Amino acid sequence: MANFFFGLPLMVQGIAKGLAVILFIFPVAAACSMAERKVSAWIQRRPGPNRTIPPFFVGIPGASILQRLGIFQLAADGGKFFFKEEPLPNHVHKFYFILAPFIAMIPAFTTVTVVPFGAYLDPEGKVIPIMLANVDIGILAIFAVASLGVYSLILAGWASNSKYPFLGGVRASAQLISYELSMTLSVLPVFLWVNEPGSSGSLSLARVVEFQSHAGFWGGTWFLFTMPLSAAIFMIALFAETNRQPFDMPESEADLVGGFHTEYGAFKWSLFFVAEYANMIVGSAVFALLFLGGWNLLPWLPLSSLLEDLHRLTGSALWLNPLVSGVLSIAIFVAKVLFTIFFFMWVRWTVPRFRYDQVMRIGWKVLLPLSIANLVAYTVGIYFLQG
Amino acid sequence: MEHLAFTCLSVFSLACALGVVLSKNAINGAMCLLLCLAGVAGLFVQLHAYLLAFVLVLVYAGAVVALFLFIIMLLDMQGGRTWKFRGLNAAAGFVAALLLITGLNLLAVRGHLEAGPPIGNSVGSSLKFYSYQLFTTYLLPVQIIGFLLLIAMLGVIVLSRRAPQPEDAK
Repeated sequence: MANFFFGLPLMVQGIAKGLAVILFIFPVAAACSMAERKVSAWIQRRPGPNRTIPPFFVGIPGASILQRLGIFQLAADGGKFFFKEEPLPNHVHKFYFILAPFIAMIPAFTTVTVVPFGAYLDPEGKVIPIMLANVDIGILAIFAVASLGVYSLILAGWASNSKYPFLGGVRASAQLISYELSMTLSVLPVFLWVNEPGSSGSLSLARVVEFQSHAGFWGGTWFLFTMPLSAAIFMIALFAETNRQPFDMPESEADLVGGFHTEYGAFKWSLFFVAEYANMIVGSAVFALLFLGGWNLLPWLPLSSLLEDLHRLTGSALWLNPLVSGVLSIAIFVAKVLFTIFFFMWVRWTVPRFRYDQVMRIGWKVLLPLSIANLVAYTVGIYFLQG
Repeated sequence: MEHLAFTCLSVFSLACALGVVLSKNAINGAMCLLLCLAGVAGLFVQLHAYLLAFVLVLVYAGAVVALFLFIIMLLDMQGGRTWKFRGLNAAAGFVAALLLITGLNLLAVRGHLEAGPPIGNSVGSSLKFYSYQLFTTYLLPVQIIGFLLLIAMLGVIVLSRRAPQPEDAK
């Protein structure tokens, strides 16, 4: 099967890989919305959605477990979006109103191309990252495309042509630009450290993971431990960039009804919803790659030595197979991403929403100076360490 | 093939640039500017200057146009005053156009453009090379522009600060 796949033309291979990733992210993003309801229920000590079940499933063993997990509720919710009437208010700017939800999907599904999501061992025992496009400017491409996401919120707010969505759009543009600065500055120390003097110089995310899988104590340390401040700033900025509580100013339903998506309904609204979760998935993936060691199971235990240990313990050469190592590394990586998403939900149902002026103050007066100081401190430190 | 892509991208960028100037609605203008920048980024990609393309998208498309939209929405510029093309305005526009055409002409006639920059190691493709040039050959211009921006920023802060009211002093 592998031979068949690699025998296909490069274009077909690329399209197949891209489709596979999108077909993975779409359902996971939808499932995250279900997980959100379950996690919120769990945190608030209530059962959450646990009743829905189609009549013809009732007698089947195992179906009741799915019922209590709320899987059928998810299917019912998803199906509803397709069959509901699409409201198109008369006062909106039709073109931008329809365009905005589709723009929301673009950054989420474009940035995935440069995110490595696993690695496999080739026959010589080298770790090869699995990603759609291994470009030199990895993180820059992600920031560039992700920064376009703000247009969907601005356009939705403006095209709705009514008070609350408009305020949501204005808030979105101010907030997303403010936090982009601290976010970009917070990851610079990582790349300063990774690009040692004499190396070719790259902003690829795969290289960051490679750097965290060296042997020895300092080589195998995740950047979460060596750069905790960077990780914290990046995480907070990520919350703001993905419009998650406590930073969901653009939609804050307490004061803006529904914010930028007040006038939206049915399928168009669900596109915003899925895009938010897809952005969260990509953001969590970048966080896992930069600070949580990517596809390495534990700090100081890189993938290659993990596979070798398993090989030695069980005595089977199966672990060194490219396919097995690939699947294992992807599973480790996905587990980390899912945990980070759980962290997102955890915070959402724990911390109350900030006021708008507080959001601006945190962004400009706390995070930005902190990230600049962090950058200067690490630049000096790295100079003495590596220079 | 390459020629066709270049033609399409240039025509697209120019059409969008015209749209920026001609559209009555400020939001339409900003969106045209966004598309124009995307077209220019495409041209950079064609020159194998991937770095420049992504920096252009990051800084201009991602931040600057978003700020434009923010200002447009904040001031609620719907339609706006139509700009009359006569008198001093027309004269200034005419002179500016003349200068631009002269400059382009001079560049075409006198400027010795070699047969394109070498692909692969051009300034815009490799991050390392680009940064090296920024800190050596182009250090002075970068510093001067930095100071100019700083002065502009200070000017904006001074101008936008309200004069202290007598009530505030109490």
